[in-house]
Amino acid sequence: MIAHAIFFYTFSIIAVVSAIMVTASKNTVHSVFFLILDFISISCLFIMIGAEFLGMIMLIVYVGAVAVLFLFVVMMLNVAQQKNQWFAGQQSSKHIPVGLIISTLIFVEVIIVIGGWKYKPEIFDINNSIAQTSISNTHSLGQILYTDYIHVFQISGMILLVAMVGAIVLTFRQRSGVKRQSYIKQISRERAEGVEVLEVQSNKGVKIDD
Amino acid sequence: MEYLSIVFQEVYKILFLLVPVLVSVAMIVWLDRRVWAFVQKRQGPNVVGPFGLLQSLADALKYIFKEIIIPSSSNKVIFILAPIVTMTLALIAWAVIPFSATQVLADINVGILYLFAVSSLGVYGIIMGGWASNSKYPFLGAIRSAAQMVSYEVSIGVIIINVLLCVGSLNLNDIVIAQQNMWFVIPLFPMFVIFFISALAETNRPPFDLPEAEAELVAGYQTEYSGMMYAMFWLGEYANILLMCAMGAILFLGGWMSPIDVYPFTLVPGAIWLILKILLLFILFALVKAIVPRYRYDQLMKLGWKVFLPLSLIWVVLTSSYLFYFNLLPVN
Repeated sequence: MIAHAIFFYTFSIIAVVSAIMVTASKNTVHSVFFLILDFISISCLFIMIGAEFLGMIMLIVYVGAVAVLFLFVVMMLNVAQQKNQWFAGQQSSKHIPVGLIISTLIFVEVIIVIGGWKYKPEIFDINNSIAQTSISNTHSLGQILYTDYIHVFQISGMILLVAMVGAIVLTFRQRSGVKRQSYIKQISRERAEGVEVLEVQSNKGVKIDD
Repeated sequence: MEYLSIVFQEVYKILFLLVPVLVSVAMIVWLDRRVWAFVQKRQGPNVVGPFGLLQSLADALKYIFKEIIIPSSSNKVIFILAPIVTMTLALIAWAVIPFSATQVLADINVGILYLFAVSSLGVYGIIMGGWASNSKYPFLGAIRSAAQMVSYEVSIGVIIINVLLCVGSLNLNDIVIAQQNMWFVIPLFPMFVIFFISALAETNRPPFDLPEAEAELVAGYQTEYSGMMYAMFWLGEYANILLMCAMGAILFLGGWMSPIDVYPFTLVPGAIWLILKILLLFILFALVKAIVPRYRYDQLMKLGWKVFLPLSLIWVVLTSSYLFYFNLLPVN
């Protein structure tokens, strides 16, 4: 139990500190690295409460793919300088009310969740009974997702698909004047198309159309 | 005291796993160069020790005594962290590899997901190294490699789903035991081929070594590294290659299982079979390096997204409908 507590506090302290550092660090690339550290420690916490599937998927999806794209964008755009300007300028004070409203909303939501948990503990017993069965975490997730919540699951998948198609359509543009290479065309060229043998008369030369 | 003894036991186990892995990484570098040389009718490293076996140790010694140069305009913390991250990620993945039914450091339920997660984290070492160097070639190499690794991970993930459909469990030992009657390489042969090629791209091996294409980018993300830090990148890279070979051996070639289930073969311990299968795959890796020219970058991306991803998705549909129609879906 002591070892469990030590690990829990280590991971949660790392998670909280790195979450603070995401907003506090001046270099944007550093913020993304702290975000990654945050994701990793949170997935460790997931694994510690027995949600190993969730923890691993968190690692694969967020750290392995989403954060890589974040890093990509931040490195390419060089946002670091802009962020410093925001800090320096008076403009940053404009963002304070919006941030306050959002953080109050999140705070109220957390209070409601924790309050509900304290007030009516029996609601959460359903979840506990699932976690305590003999089958593994992955199996129980699959059994719930593909039976009771199949429609919600499919709809969320469709929403993601629509969002993806939408993003592609919005950013897609046909550029003219771009030379494209098609390796099928390149490979399937015959000798007759590429080479022409000409009789060249001396002192005349040949005109080759190109 | 009890805690201490448990900790010591685990440390012993970890050492018994990691020391052989590190030694075999050194040996595998020698094997790689040797195979490469034989294809080109050269001798390869054959001077240090018998058959040149100690060449990698000599190289490592050389790297240790070289000066570590940290560029003055680099981001120092991340610059030093990058090879450490690469090396650590390449080594921690070995914790879940089963060498026999019982010889496994951590027999976790989601073993294959863990392997996949760790191999997808491998890109960070490269991105960190490329960005922290604060120089053009490393940065271009890092960006190339990030795009390449993210796109080939997708097809590896879908291929893993194919195997998992036939197994019904995410545990690596279950995956091995499910191949008792037939290795998955036979029914899923096209997937094995795609897995092999994606593994080449995922580990930045030739013909997909564009992140370190020496003809265009000097050495890609490794350009600014020297001494032991360069050696760590290099060790991590080869440990990753070995890991990918182990993954291929477990997913498709029956892991620690003996190829024929008859008396003299079953006496051989599972670890030997697994090592032989890893070696077989690695020699294929080395041969590909020797005989295939480098891909163009746009063709690499086209191959990943327009050929491998649709093919493996179609194969998922085929596998699942076959299993469903003939009522072969694994139930436990």
